[in-house]
Amino acid sequence: MPLTTLRYMKVGEKGTIVKIKAKGVMNRRLRDMGLVPGTEIEIAGRAPLYDPVNIKIRGNNLSLRNNEADYIHVEVKR
Amino acid sequence: MPDRIKIVLAGNPNAGKSSLFNQLTGARAHVANFPGITVAKKEAVIKLNHQRIHVVDLPGIYSLTAYSPEELVARNYILDERPDLVIVVIDAANLERNLYLAVQFMEIGVPLVLALNMIDVAENRGLRIDHQKLSRLLGIAVVPTVAKSNKGVDKLMERALETAQRQKTWKPHQISYGADLDEKIEEIAALFPQGNFQIEKYPPRWLAIKAFEGDSQVLKLVLSDNEVGPEIISKVNEVSQHIRATLDDEPEGVIADYRYGYITSLTKQTVTSEREIRRTISDKTDKILLNRLLGPLILFFLIYIIYQLVFWVSGAPVAWFEAFFKWLGHVGQTALPPGLLQSLVVSGIIDGVGGVLGFVPLIFFMFFAIAILEDSGYMARMAFILDRVLRTFGLHGNSVLALIISGGVSGGCAVPGIMAARTLRDPKERLATILVAPLMNCGAKLPVYAMLIAAFFARYETQMMFLLTLIAWSLALLAARILRWTILRGSHTPFVMELPPYRLPTLNGLLIHTWERTWQYIKKAGTIILGISILIWAMMTFPGLPDEKIQAFEAQQAQATEDFLISTEAKILTDAQALSNFSAFYNSYQKKDKKLGPHASPSFQPLAQTVSLLETGKPLTQNLKKYQTTAQAFLNWSQSIKNLEGAMARDELQHSVAGRLGSAFEVLTRPLGFDWRTNIALVGGLAAKEVVLSTLGTAYSLGEVDAEEAESLSQKLARTPGWNPLVGFTLIIFVMIYAPCFVTLVIIGRETRSLRWPVFAFAYTTITAYVISLAVAQIGRALGLGA
Repeated sequence: MPLTTLRYMKVGEKGTIVKIKAKGVMNRRLRDMGLVPGTEIEIAGRAPLYDPVNIKIRGNNLSLRNNEADYIHVEVKR
Repeated sequence: MPDRIKIVLAGNPNAGKSSLFNQLTGARAHVANFPGITVAKKEAVIKLNHQRIHVVDLPGIYSLTAYSPEELVARNYILDERPDLVIVVIDAANLERNLYLAVQFMEIGVPLVLALNMIDVAENRGLRIDHQKLSRLLGIAVVPTVAKSNKGVDKLMERALETAQRQKTWKPHQISYGADLDEKIEEIAALFPQGNFQIEKYPPRWLAIKAFEGDSQVLKLVLSDNEVGPEIISKVNEVSQHIRATLDDEPEGVIADYRYGYITSLTKQTVTSEREIRRTISDKTDKILLNRLLGPLILFFLIYIIYQLVFWVSGAPVAWFEAFFKWLGHVGQTALPPGLLQSLVVSGIIDGVGGVLGFVPLIFFMFFAIAILEDSGYMARMAFILDRVLRTFGLHGNSVLALIISGGVSGGCAVPGIMAARTLRDPKERLATILVAPLMNCGAKLPVYAMLIAAFFARYETQMMFLLTLIAWSLALLAARILRWTILRGSHTPFVMELPPYRLPTLNGLLIHTWERTWQYIKKAGTIILGISILIWAMMTFPGLPDEKIQAFEAQQAQATEDFLISTEAKILTDAQALSNFSAFYNSYQKKDKKLGPHASPSFQPLAQTVSLLETGKPLTQNLKKYQTTAQAFLNWSQSIKNLEGAMARDELQHSVAGRLGSAFEVLTRPLGFDWRTNIALVGGLAAKEVVLSTLGTAYSLGEVDAEEAESLSQKLARTPGWNPLVGFTLIIFVMIYAPCFVTLVIIGRETRSLRWPVFAFAYTTITAYVISLAVAQIGRALGLGA
């Protein structure tokens, strides 16, 4: 199973979060929004300039900047 | 049972908290800020089953950390005020993340009832939630609701009252954070009762968990005890280091993951998905609205449409308001004897307030449009589309909200806009947003623009407003970029933002939203503006001209009258009494007044008809020819009297405090094309931008001879020498940029908790305004405009 970070996922790809490698506010904020290891995500779309990214998580949509997506390590489903 | 019980509404943003609050309280809500901080709370007292209930609506939050003012305020409110009950409003279609907040309230132990809101949306998505089982597992009442259409709300309140009456003591809920950590939490929780930690307010286990989370507020409390504090801290550090070493994660993250683990175990037992989650209508809409090419186009198109609609819809009501205040002015003039009092009421009060309130419809419909954007879920998409661009300028996607409320979609107000900047976590991004927000075209600047556009660019109203919006945005973004490069250097904070499903806003919700904001504007207009309007009137009235000057003018008037009376043309108006009678008669005649006065002689009617025809330059009929010479002489006399009165009024104004101030500034503003009247208006605008308009109105109506012929200010300016489209445009630009109104400055001071930033905001905007306006005026003149 290929491991990557959220930044490098393409629109339409699915995967499971394996690790959040952020600290402090960022760490807490990501988790408060439901981004915890074991959660399935799908890339729903990207903004006009490729950033931020729109992800589907538990049936709902979140948007993250690419530099935040870097903290989120994902196992991509192929 | 106490006199009244206090129920608090809490929940994630977009969970339908406001809908529930509106259903419960109608439009009776009282909006205020939490003491010492400008996070808004709404409250109202309602009656249910003979029980008075104090309902408090907390800001929308995702968690109870110390990282954001909203979350801190929410949890401190619960801990300090100890409400009888908290209703956690949960978006049923987003159960896990919403329960994550509910669980944190459970850990504090406050009596809870869960509103499983928007259950219809969840069911449409094929989610079946066994709310009875969920209720049993949590030991908390869970009531499915659709707050928007009032479904289940009665049941919810019934269970809420029941719970509040039954459950008087707080029972903190215990979640397992894994055997190892649980043991340590217990150990540390046991230490708290030994110290002075107000454990009657803060449950020890909760304090222990917060200490592991590194919560700044709780750590401060722990350190406040010199004996037990250090022991607790060293234990916490020891365990934290162990967690970091073994799990490669922060304790905070581990705790959050366990909470989610607990929630997942709950949802596994209670939620069944009847079908694979399909593309929802919302997803399909996003395919178009968030399309990389179409998205931005649609966004700008929508903003443009909003302008068109708002101007079009509010056109008629604006005209009604104008007519009403014009009528009120007439009433004041007839009811009151000429003199200081009449001048105060008509020129000070009615003109001042009318100039502002006349634009209420415009502001109402603009806020209505913004409420639609917010309530439909599109506002978050705007932030999504624009974030990358805004970040380039050192701002945040959510700065869009603050900037739009401040007037980015023109018609906002910097006061709530600056307050909306609280959604930004990073202090520097927030400060930059706050400092540039006043550059936006707020609702108070709109009337000034509208008047000047009507005067000089009447045919290009929509295009001008669009252009002004582009200018405001460009300036704000540029200013933000410069601020973030210079005095506000620093990095970005989390942007993670929800893109809520699209929803059809309810009319009720929109109206309450719109009304709250419009009312804020009216209150501001009614109090501050009225006060300032009177102050400005006084400044423009006192001190009066010295007696000898007045006598000189009066002598000149008497001379003009005498010259007329002895002239051969006077004929039927040979004595002063007849002249005065005819003068009054002619005024009534012009207003098509039926009561033409008791002193009318038979010849007055045809004479008045002749004067009127001559004045309007129309040909005379044969039978009126014999009145021509008298009529012409009367017109000439009347004109010279008007000129004298105008000169006197102008001298009076120039002699007044405001006139002297305005004249003093002329040295600086002459290159911009502004005379002393404009300068007075700009000084008045420091109180609130709409005062620029009412001051110009007061200035020109005071300088006007015959107030009976009150023209709108636009027409007046368009005809006044010294005014031309270039001066008009320069003034628009100056008004856009220069010093925020003092209400905004006060808010900046409060939001930043400093005196430095409002002073800075005042200085940088005014200097920028001067420099840019000077450039506009000089370049315009060099191009031969405004000749």
